[in-house]
Amino acid sequence: MPAGLNRALLTLAGAVVAIVLAIAVCSVAIVAAGGDPLHALTAFFDFGASERAQSNSVATLFNRAVPLFIAGLAVAIGFRMNLFNIGVEGQYRIAAICAAYVGSTFVAPAPIQIAVIIVVAMVVGGLYALIPAIMKVTRGVNEVIATIMLNYIAINISAYLVRGPFAGARAEGELTVSTPPLPDSGMFPDLNFVFGWFGMLAPTREGGLWGFLVVAIVLGVVLWVVLERTRFGFDVKASGLNQSAALAAGVNPKRMVIAAMVLSGAIAGLIGLPEVLGSTGSFGTTFTSGLGFLGIAVALLGRNKPAGIAVAALLFAFLDRAQGPLQFANIPPSVIEIIQGVIVLLVVVANEVTNRFALRLEERRAARQLKVTA
Amino acid sequence: MSADTLATARPAVELEGITKRFPGVVANHDIRITVRPGTVHAIVGENGAGKSTLMKILYGMQRPDEGTIKVNGEQVSFRTPSDAIAAGIGMVHQHFMLADNFTVLENIVLGAEPRKGLNLDTGAARRRITDLAAAHGLRVDPDRLVEDLGVGDRQRVEILKVLYRGARILILDEPTAVLVPQEVEELFQNLRELKSEGLTVIFISHKLDEVLDIADDITVIRRGTTVASVDPREVTARRLAELMVGSELPTPETRESTVTDKVALKVAGLTMEADGHRPVPKGTSITAYVDKLRQDGRRLLLDDVSFEIHKGEILGIAGVEGNGQSELIEAIMGIRQAHGDVELDGRDISSWSTLKRRESGIGYIPEDRHRQGLLLEASLWENRVLGHQTRKPAKNGPWVDRKAAKADTERIIGEYDVRTPGVDTLALALSGGNQQKLIVGREMSGEPSFLIAAHPTRGVDVGAQAAIWDHLRNARAAGLAVLLISADLDELIGLSDTIQVIYRGRLVAALDPSDITPERLGGYMTGAIAGTEEE
Repeated sequence: MPAGLNRALLTLAGAVVAIVLAIAVCSVAIVAAGGDPLHALTAFFDFGASERAQSNSVATLFNRAVPLFIAGLAVAIGFRMNLFNIGVEGQYRIAAICAAYVGSTFVAPAPIQIAVIIVVAMVVGGLYALIPAIMKVTRGVNEVIATIMLNYIAINISAYLVRGPFAGARAEGELTVSTPPLPDSGMFPDLNFVFGWFGMLAPTREGGLWGFLVVAIVLGVVLWVVLERTRFGFDVKASGLNQSAALAAGVNPKRMVIAAMVLSGAIAGLIGLPEVLGSTGSFGTTFTSGLGFLGIAVALLGRNKPAGIAVAALLFAFLDRAQGPLQFANIPPSVIEIIQGVIVLLVVVANEVTNRFALRLEERRAARQLKVTA
Repeated sequence: MSADTLATARPAVELEGITKRFPGVVANHDIRITVRPGTVHAIVGENGAGKSTLMKILYGMQRPDEGTIKVNGEQVSFRTPSDAIAAGIGMVHQHFMLADNFTVLENIVLGAEPRKGLNLDTGAARRRITDLAAAHGLRVDPDRLVEDLGVGDRQRVEILKVLYRGARILILDEPTAVLVPQEVEELFQNLRELKSEGLTVIFISHKLDEVLDIADDITVIRRGTTVASVDPREVTARRLAELMVGSELPTPETRESTVTDKVALKVAGLTMEADGHRPVPKGTSITAYVDKLRQDGRRLLLDDVSFEIHKGEILGIAGVEGNGQSELIEAIMGIRQAHGDVELDGRDISSWSTLKRRESGIGYIPEDRHRQGLLLEASLWENRVLGHQTRKPAKNGPWVDRKAAKADTERIIGEYDVRTPGVDTLALALSGGNQQKLIVGREMSGEPSFLIAAHPTRGVDVGAQAAIWDHLRNARAAGLAVLLISADLDELIGLSDTIQVIYRGRLVAALDPSDITPERLGGYMTGAIAGTEEE
């Protein structure tokens, strides 16, 4: 339908304008930091000199995008009904350590081993998100504050667990601590063979291209179906668009808060798994942090839609990957964070502007069409 | 001041050809009003006639697409309310904008605080407020907390707030809607006082007797445009009403009675507390508990409301807005908790969820379609699904049946004459009347046995109004029980088989619409005539 296409094109145009503007703003920042913007721009596309290095760069990009994508999905579910789950950060960390630990305690055939790990991660993440949900529906506690506070608790609990009860054996001279390693059956098969299709060398860094990418894609599709085609998705949309109308239509707001929060937390539980199952095989003190917070930006950028979130996650991963090359080009890598921040801000503004513009257009179009038929 | 002598010649406010379009609707069209200084100028019109938009334009909250505004003879262009305030225009909103936990003084100076260094100069503020209050006969105690004040006092604070900012032209938006008769009289006394001080008052209302009482000039607005300027001494309420609604207005008359003896909805002892629902303590009966609430002097939004609606009957609820109508609807819908029993087709549904109530055959046309009736930013077919998400044709197992929902939306568009480019159009692109027809069509779907129709024709054009009345009548003939709540007394009298009057949360009178006039009904609604059946 042309109306929908119109809106999509407008959104795209808004995003492009925002990104171009962000690059302009950052060029100023780079010049201020004493660098050369053009130099920096080439650094973003510098995937390395050797073929192996290029493969590794591509794998790194996707490996970074997958957890960001999942984090974006987790945040987006809440956002779609104006429920702000800021606690994705804590939910994924506590889920990742529990899953990594449980997975290391037994050995089973690979599908079962991996399925158990995934289920544990989702259950832990979902349960942890259930806490703020219950606080909200029974006592009206604002979920933003509750989830932020629960982040600190989760981060500290996982720090304690990894040093204490869940700590694995430490090798001689090793400074970091981690959970016991997963058995081989717990490692997700990699996707390095895909590189062969494009005539590239298989990547070698950090386990190559993590197989969890497949799970992420399936998750994205399933979530799209749930949100766009099912009754539950309709209830989420109605609650997000008009709380009072949803209530009058018989949508139980409390049940929706709990369902959306738990689903959000369960998905958040998966954020750490690509790394655990694809590379480290354990949760350690050096485990990647901050994915939950980045997920908020990714969800905003992707307008809470799975396809948009995928694009946003790839964009963020693309920017993140350039940290190394930027340093080689003598440009402070924190420029990337400036770019990311500016893009998110500008896109949020652009979204608002294009959204209003699109609605206005729609109204005009309807009025015009009616005049023709009348 | 020389400005005063000039002002007698120049109109205080002059609106010329004001037009304001919203997408799909023209809210104001070629409005012309001339307000003489030092007078009370009433602007009357039905709900949705465009009065509020006009006032928002005059107060700088919205900009007109066409037309000019002159204040004291000078052309102005307001971008924000502060521009209007700077030009000496002040607005007293229908819904008070006061901070409850502040004192009267603090509320009045809020945003325009006199300072002494970095501190609030309370002394100067108090002097100024006392002077203003004395000069205009507006009695208030500057040190009382606003939360302790009654409605009439709050309104005086609002007026003082506006005067404090130096306004010489006051806009009062439906100021009497929230007042009891004595307070209205007091307000009018204040307005006369203001007038004698040379201030100009623009008074928006749809209560004709009040307008005739207070106004020096009257401008009538109908369907977004000014249709007449009349002198209150030369016009009757009847004539004014005709001007307001237009003579082409179809009368909503139900023909022969279709009332059956089968009870569709029974409500017994419905009671709602003002300060939050509490469960009845164990071992206490509801009546004893409610009696105790009353003895404690606690405010009840609904006080022992009981009635029955039979199949094929329309029960009209008359009442001044804010006397418990919304609460009654929400209690029946299960949106708000209340004590007492609700029975649908003989089944006790008091403990059911809103969803279950809807599924078992309650249709609901909400009083505010944008708030409770529509997802404005969703398509028409999605709006068709709203409230029917668990029923055919919208659902198919866990899925939303898009195809069936769209097909059924097409049916509603055809049967209810919803003017729209298609089912994928967003609801916000439709005019109010078409949105309302869609809602009526939706709520009539799935063969409801009981329908709540709250202000079903508010803010819709005359054509849509007639169509909606027809649909209600036909459904009634087919055995539907309807609870009709309306501020339009002609609609109530014309459609209802029985009329109950609600006043301060109580049903105070049961009346026969065949021998009641709007005037007498108005008497019951304001509590001026005591109930016939109670006490």
